[in-house]
Amino acid sequence: MYEFNFQRPANSDAAIDAQANAEDGQYMAGGQTIIPVLKQRLAMPSDVIDLGAIEDLSGITIADGTVTIGAMTTHTDVATSGDVLGAIPALADLASMIGDPHVRNRGTIGGSIANNDPAADYPAAVLGLGATVHTNQRTIIADEFFTDLFETALDEGELITNVVFPVPDQAAYMKFPNPASRYAIAGVFVSRTGADVRVAVTGAAACVFRAAEMEQALAGNFNLDAIEGIGVDGTDFNNDLHASAEYRTHLVSVMAKRAVAKALG
Amino acid sequence: MPTLSMTVNGEQVSGEVEGRTLLVDFLRENLRLTGTHVGCDTSQCGACVVHVDGVSMKSCTMLALHAQGTEVATIEGVANGDTLHPMQEAFRENHGLQCGFCTPGMVMTALALVKDNPDPTDAEVRHGLEGNLCRCTGYQNIVHAILDGAKAMREGAANEGES
Repeated sequence: MYEFNFQRPANSDAAIDAQANAEDGQYMAGGQTIIPVLKQRLAMPSDVIDLGAIEDLSGITIADGTVTIGAMTTHTDVATSGDVLGAIPALADLASMIGDPHVRNRGTIGGSIANNDPAADYPAAVLGLGATVHTNQRTIIADEFFTDLFETALDEGELITNVVFPVPDQAAYMKFPNPASRYAIAGVFVSRTGADVRVAVTGAAACVFRAAEMEQALAGNFNLDAIEGIGVDGTDFNNDLHASAEYRTHLVSVMAKRAVAKALG
Repeated sequence: MPTLSMTVNGEQVSGEVEGRTLLVDFLRENLRLTGTHVGCDTSQCGACVVHVDGVSMKSCTMLALHAQGTEVATIEGVANGDTLHPMQEAFRENHGLQCGFCTPGMVMTALALVKDNPDPTDAEVRHGLEGNLCRCTGYQNIVHAILDGAKAMREGAANEGES
């Protein structure tokens, strides 16, 4: 790692000031991605602004048909939260599949979605449930948050405070994990709220996306037979040492069916 | 340089570290607690797992300053003098290691797993080991060891309750 100035502000305002005043300030949430990146010298921030001491960025609250999760809430806390298990069990289930126990004990929802790794799990839940990302400046709907490979709608220095998930009628997440990293080679999150169906795909392409044809097919008939034979266009899918684009295209259909079956119980 | 203080295996320690110093390097280089291993240095293998305030973490994927004011437990604090902890004894009895390099992380992971789930199933143990790599054993005997260690710990707790 290159040298940096480590700062650990006690509140969000101090963190935003520290980032603004730094030559090249980098927020650190749980550090489970950024520390490996720093170790490989792929980033060289002048200042690391650690968010771990900011208490009001963590926590889970339930109200008015929504689940609000603070940006610094760990995957373990989401996976084991009685409130989340009761309201959106698919979200707790997804959190329990991220990485491994030690990563889940430090990694956070805010860090995951701000990084927007193409194979990360949380972007599928945020997009698949139609959540809203709240920052220190504004609210951003999921459909506008994830913009491209490792890119989001966040501006320089903008800080995620929490994510608000609407409670669906039915939802589930299924992924085919890379056996070493547990990142999704392909993962599909499905949800149904009334007649509104969302199908979000992660791992397959440069950025999480919605499978429109599957959504339309499932909207009138939320059953396995509705998506029989409906695939996704994998022309631009990731093609790497983990899996070919063709294989990922096939996996998306399989994972979508498994997710629908799981959502139906 | 920032000053760091924490409790390691029940003892108060302090030292000066750079912002970029990893917790595992502070434990190994400053405190000479070399039982915590660096296997991959890429956050995959789990040989560096320690407990921070009772929770398992990869000490190669957190900064030393993240542990400011916490209670850290490493493999050196697990045995009681010359008497192995029941989980360590179970690894010995079940031949749950060959070269032994991954064992400190395996034992610390097992202890964290059993703390949350005192009577785990075979599948739960395997799910709990997803962050720990062993290149020798094929995991079979590690899983046996953790199931046996958990059983010994339950029996130990029950005996303590009776006496």
